[in-house]
Amino acid sequence: MQIKIPNPSLVILIGPSGSGKSTFAKQHFKSTEILSSDFCRGIVSDDENDQSATEDAFDVLHYIAAKRLAAGRLTVIDATNVQVEARKKLQDLARQYHYLTVGIVMNMPAKLCQERNEHREDRNFKPYVIRKQISQLRRSIRSLRREGFRNFVYILSSPEEAENAEIVRQPLWTNLKEYHGPFDIIGDVHGCYDELILLLVELGYEIPSEQGTPISHPDGRKVVFLGDYVDRGPKVVNVLKLVMKMHQDGIAFCVPGNHDVKLARALRGKNVTTTHGLAESLSQLENESDEFREQIADFIEGLISHYELDDGKLVVAHAGMKREYQGRASGRVREFALYGETTGETDEFGLPIRLDWAEEYRGDATVVYGHTPVNEPQWINRTINIDTGCVFGGNLTALRYPEKELISIAAEKTYYEPAKPLIEDDTVQSSHESYLNEGVLDITDVLGKRIINTRLYRSITIREENTIPALESISRFAVDPRWLIYLPPTMSPSETSSKPDFLEHPSDAFNYYRNQGVPSIIWQEKHMGSRAIVIVCKDQTIVQRRFGIPSESIGVCYTRNGRPFFDDIDLESQLLKQIKHAIDKLDYWEKLDTDWICLDCELMPWSVKAQELLRQQYAPVGVAGSVSISDALASIEMAKNRDIDTVDMLDDFVKRQNAVNEYIKSYQQYCWDVESISDIKLAPFHLLATESKVYINKDHLWHMEMLQELCEAVEDDILYLTSYGLVTLSDENSENTAIEKWVELTKKGGEGFVVKPLDFITQGKKGIVQPAVKCRGREYLRIIYGPEYTMPRYLERLRSRGLSKKRSLAIREFTLGIEALERFVRNEPFSKVHECVFGILALESESVDPRL
Amino acid sequence: MLLTITTTHTPATDLGYLLHKHPDRFQSFNINFGNAYVYYPEANEDRCTAAFLLDIDSVGLVRRNPGQSVANISLAEYVNDRPYVASSFLSVAIAKVFSSALSGKCKDRPELVDKPLPLSVRLSILPCKGGKKFLHRLFEPLGYKVISERHQLDEKYPQWGESRYYTVTLENTCKLNTFLSHLYVLIPVLDDEKHYWVDEAEIEKLIRYGQDWLSEHPDHEIIVGRYLKHQDRLTRQALTQLGDISEEEDSETIISNEEQVEQKIGLNEQRLTKVVEVLKESGAQRVIDLGCGEGKLLRKLLSEKQFTEIVGLDVAHQTLKIAHERLHIDRMPDKQKERINLIHGSLIYRDKRLEGYDGAAIVEVIEHLDPSRLRAFERCIFEFASPKTIVLTTPNFEYNQKFENLSDGKFRHRDHRFEWTRDEFKTWSFRICSEYKYTVEFHNIGDIDETLGSPTQMAVFTRSE
Repeated sequence: MQIKIPNPSLVILIGPSGSGKSTFAKQHFKSTEILSSDFCRGIVSDDENDQSATEDAFDVLHYIAAKRLAAGRLTVIDATNVQVEARKKLQDLARQYHYLTVGIVMNMPAKLCQERNEHREDRNFKPYVIRKQISQLRRSIRSLRREGFRNFVYILSSPEEAENAEIVRQPLWTNLKEYHGPFDIIGDVHGCYDELILLLVELGYEIPSEQGTPISHPDGRKVVFLGDYVDRGPKVVNVLKLVMKMHQDGIAFCVPGNHDVKLARALRGKNVTTTHGLAESLSQLENESDEFREQIADFIEGLISHYELDDGKLVVAHAGMKREYQGRASGRVREFALYGETTGETDEFGLPIRLDWAEEYRGDATVVYGHTPVNEPQWINRTINIDTGCVFGGNLTALRYPEKELISIAAEKTYYEPAKPLIEDDTVQSSHESYLNEGVLDITDVLGKRIINTRLYRSITIREENTIPALESISRFAVDPRWLIYLPPTMSPSETSSKPDFLEHPSDAFNYYRNQGVPSIIWQEKHMGSRAIVIVCKDQTIVQRRFGIPSESIGVCYTRNGRPFFDDIDLESQLLKQIKHAIDKLDYWEKLDTDWICLDCELMPWSVKAQELLRQQYAPVGVAGSVSISDALASIEMAKNRDIDTVDMLDDFVKRQNAVNEYIKSYQQYCWDVESISDIKLAPFHLLATESKVYINKDHLWHMEMLQELCEAVEDDILYLTSYGLVTLSDENSENTAIEKWVELTKKGGEGFVVKPLDFITQGKKGIVQPAVKCRGREYLRIIYGPEYTMPRYLERLRSRGLSKKRSLAIREFTLGIEALERFVRNEPFSKVHECVFGILALESESVDPRL
Repeated sequence: MLLTITTTHTPATDLGYLLHKHPDRFQSFNINFGNAYVYYPEANEDRCTAAFLLDIDSVGLVRRNPGQSVANISLAEYVNDRPYVASSFLSVAIAKVFSSALSGKCKDRPELVDKPLPLSVRLSILPCKGGKKFLHRLFEPLGYKVISERHQLDEKYPQWGESRYYTVTLENTCKLNTFLSHLYVLIPVLDDEKHYWVDEAEIEKLIRYGQDWLSEHPDHEIIVGRYLKHQDRLTRQALTQLGDISEEEDSETIISNEEQVEQKIGLNEQRLTKVVEVLKESGAQRVIDLGCGEGKLLRKLLSEKQFTEIVGLDVAHQTLKIAHERLHIDRMPDKQKERINLIHGSLIYRDKRLEGYDGAAIVEVIEHLDPSRLRAFERCIFEFASPKTIVLTTPNFEYNQKFENLSDGKFRHRDHRFEWTRDEFKTWSFRICSEYKYTVEFHNIGDIDETLGSPTQMAVFTRSE
């Protein structure tokens, strides 16, 4: 016997003790797919036959089953299940997870069961027990279909039959994952035949004049119809004929709409109210043959509620599909596909009040649907409603997939007056229509352990304990989260130098990249400032439209932690205006085809953000050190004058005195008072992104050249051009020139170099190489490692520092940052951008040696 | 860090005997956090100075604890003043290098021990929390003449002001071991910091070095408090041992302290009382305190039987931990424990856990939200969580002019992002009502000023059914 079971489904074995269920299950299913009541009894009581543990055992069994069903796995229940109550619990569970159930009945001869039971050493039920089970089973068989097994009841009546049974797993009808498109998904047609033809032509379909010849597309595209073919519109018959033909020819996939289903019921002679345009459909069909009317009903009844296409990345349904329902089968799922989710109440126009499933949607699959006419389709959390109310005088819209382009044909006229006016003014939107305007994130988008898939690298895990501090940081201190489309990664230093007197040296940075197979690198002067992300928009309306922030500013400047850079709003707005003027002047808006620009910069002086640190930490250490050491030095000198052998103390303290003086000089030069905008210097080094583009495909020379132009165009020297140079790693001279430059720069107290592979993203031997490493100057490092770190006794010990953790963090943060930008320019849902940025902030709380 | 001890006792070189360190030698000592050196910059009949130079290993300092990960230390700790200043490190070093002198032993010249000598100690850099005044208050009652010089933070940036460091000379005629005991105890007290874990053993040290003088010192309570790193339990124990508090009155003192606080019912108390009252009247049984902080309101809610389920939410995880402890949740009987739940969350993220409650309190919270977040806040609370009753309080900005120590236009708290006038609050509240279908009533909390209103304004929102 061939036993067809939908995959996934809940397979319930039914049969008395000794009927061979476990043997059957083991023969036909994977051991992990089988949940046996005996096994669960063992888990809770250490004894598979302890009947007093049955209740607990079934609790465990149901619990595990629920987990498997939630995860969409085929699950086999190996228990007697001869009582209707036992099966009901499983049916309820299946219903809860929208699973189909399969009943496999082991209806073996009573004698055989009794015999097997007698031969079991571990368990020996009294014969009456088996008798009772068999009688319960026999009474059940007839009602199984009604209990919910429907067409999936299989009865095995002999050991041979069980032995020879063949299990065939069939994918659910909703599963069209092997079809990859490209598709043209078309919204509610409602009998608008002329517009449909125009749309198909616009989409590039060849429509043969000859009847019977299939419609086709030169690029092999296929149409997906979202239902509601009928009612209200003028040419219901033509639409049905066309759609059914395309469906039959395999050029179109069709899901049913609520109007279609109602029409089918009417055609079958069911008593339905003929409101909402059904009367019109019926009158148009009046002159058609009974045969055609029958075909229509068959066609509609044969349609599947929704489809999963393109490896599950695309889901189509008439009224939408929640993540939990995708690829599931139940009455509820079908209801949802046809009607969406409603509160059960109606509004002032007598239409059902809908719940915003789309606003809560967090699935990975893109969901395209129709059903409720909207003025303009809008993406909400990877869902889009493309019913633009053609029949009401709106448009007939198609979404090209995977291109995600919208193509519309305007209705020739208003064929039907809508009960509720379509919203004309696009500033009036229902609360969910633009997530950006409202920006409500869900706590489940960020809290707890998170795994974020990235395009560049792999999935990145954020540990729960790290999300905890990030939530407070974002909620209390960050700029409006809709601004946060990027956060910069941490940067690792170069490998520790082995040169005497140095902890970091450029040659180690060069070696690192050379060993990774990078041919050339770019060095950039490292500024002693604070990292700043700057977003500048063309004007305020862009801030509102693209970032969804009702704002009076034209942009933002935030720190590496996403906090506002300036307490003084005026200072920020002046800075932004200056940059905007420069962009205006260069006409980057036009050249880069964008309304906004995101820059990665360093903002100086350091004291803007670090005033507190300077006064509380650096200056006190300086004064204490200098007084302390000179006092000590004076006293040692006095002792030495008394002819006391002070060993080499005097020498040592002279060196230390110098070190402390160098330290004071080091921190002092990074400070200047900021009273006005002209005291600020912003040094941009990455042109990160503009509309639809993230510039990771451009090398760093491109970035620097673009930004050089910008720096020169800006007034008042607010922008600072970072000096940089190119090094060919196979050329020793080129390397030495760079090293000389570094020495010169750092001697003067400069912070040092940032060294980057020439390409923004470079694959090395083990995945992505560090996007940048820093090598900091000898004097600068005093404010990191302490004033006297250059004393040999300290330096030697400091060399044993580990970089691997810092480097791994740098890669993960970098990947997440790029992912955030890419998601933003792809117009991904706000929550999807936010999860990446939140992830970076969370990673920042991982503990790493802060001196690196 | 340099400390010098000078005497003008004749013969001054007796100092060498007292310190057990020969005036003509340069001696070094290994201490677990570095090296110490003793030598004499001057040593003659009339005047003898011993220099005690403590050289702390600054790299070793942060690597001291092998179990402790370097990553758990903030960058500030790497660049720190410890190697250069007089601190608990110096006290420990004194006890190690001058242990005989400190405990009043002198093998060769025992008669010198109990002899008051003219002594002068110079500390090259002494951090003084509490400033010059406190420095003098600590040493003068013990008979010292104090000469101090304060250091500027940075000569190049005079606008940064003064540092907390002083070069201090202390003069007294007393026994050397008394002098050293004073230093041993008072240096870390001035610094108000300890580099090691403080526990019961610390009391024992304090008693050992302070028994002869500490209880008589007018500021002994501050000294004990700072010495024991402000740990209340240890401080009480030490004061008891010093005879300051007898065992019996110990517990009473604490109770009476609490009562004093209770009597002075402040604005916050009035606010919380009012909030509980309103929630009770609303008939709410399941309530949620949004922004519960350390749990003051939760405590009050718990004492009302009417509330069968109480949830406290806060964005600061650390604060929730404190609330958990303050409410003694771990020690609650099961029935009580079932009523309360603390959750970590944020008011600007939609949160299913907050849905379905009868009442919500949002007490002095919204003014901590950036105005740009209010929209998200409104939707999360009024649209999504949408409890039947919402009690919300916020400062009345107009009333601020009544606060003497608040300059014009300033907010009451550094973290307040805004404070609303009564009109502003009303406008916002009315919009909330029309947008989310609530009705609102306003209340005053605190003394009412005829023109300025009350210090706190409260709105009670009720969901329209």
